[in-house]
Amino acid sequence: MSPSHRRPPARRGAAAIGVLGELLLTLGALLLLFLVWQLWWTDVIADREQSGIVDGLEQEWGAVDAERIAPRQEGPPPVPEIPGENMVWGTMHVPTFDREEFPLAEGVSLEEVLNVKGAGHYPETALPGQVGNFSVAGHRNTYGRVFEDIARLESGDAVVVETSEAFYVYEVTESLVVQPDQIEVIAPTPGEPGVEPTERMMTLTACHPMYSARERYIVHAEFAYWTDRDDGIPEALATGAGSSDAGGEEG
Amino acid sequence: MYAWLFRRLPGPLWVRILVALVLLAAVVAVLFAWVFPAIAPFMPFNDGLVGAPEPGGAPDPATA
Repeated sequence: MSPSHRRPPARRGAAAIGVLGELLLTLGALLLLFLVWQLWWTDVIADREQSGIVDGLEQEWGAVDAERIAPRQEGPPPVPEIPGENMVWGTMHVPTFDREEFPLAEGVSLEEVLNVKGAGHYPETALPGQVGNFSVAGHRNTYGRVFEDIARLESGDAVVVETSEAFYVYEVTESLVVQPDQIEVIAPTPGEPGVEPTERMMTLTACHPMYSARERYIVHAEFAYWTDRDDGIPEALATGAGSSDAGGEEG
Repeated sequence: MYAWLFRRLPGPLWVRILVALVLLAAVVAVLFAWVFPAIAPFMPFNDGLVGAPEPGGAPDPATA
């Protein structure tokens, strides 16, 4: 079968071109495979990981009575305990998003948090319920894309953080697109670095535009109320209380 | 090149097809598990942070 005789020069040239063609085809196949991996496989892996984390937290914290609407609590909200860098300490619920619930971890390391666990808390920003700017980063594409639907958020939409003790309900105030170096969006008083904070704010950051990292999509929200986790779910998460009808009925 | 490789595989045709498929699957598995994750941080579309360091660059203390 194998024509192992020495080839005339013309045939060898043709063979070299054949090999080159195969190498180019291989390169094309590799690029395609990389896209498949980036756009699909990272989601598969991250979704699996994140639902495992959410299930684990539910076991650890006990189930929430989803039938009961918890009363709004007066007074200052409890400050959650942070277990340590890269550790998951809460989950987020955004009724406007298709994704029901996803983990929230400490830190914004791509490798340790954002690519594997879900959303990440900018470590030096406030904690949920604290006066200041509780800031959270998440992927908008790939790696489970927890903030995929961030551009759907409108004024008054609820963003809810769940910890072992409480639900913290924030309501969206504004959305903006900024440059990646505009860190003033996560300043204690959003947009005004150095100004002593007086409000309990929250900020979400994600890539913008989709499938790019040229700019950042920013959503600011302000604290509305908190509820005790033992009392059931907050009004904002009651089924049907989506963004469409029950938007922002009060301040 | 691939034709040459295929001819070098032992056994009858169906065995060679099977071996070729297994080899291909192994290559894809290695790419998905190790090669692509290693390359991804250097791609320009994987960052949603504000004030964050470039992947692979020096960390920026002003992240927060």
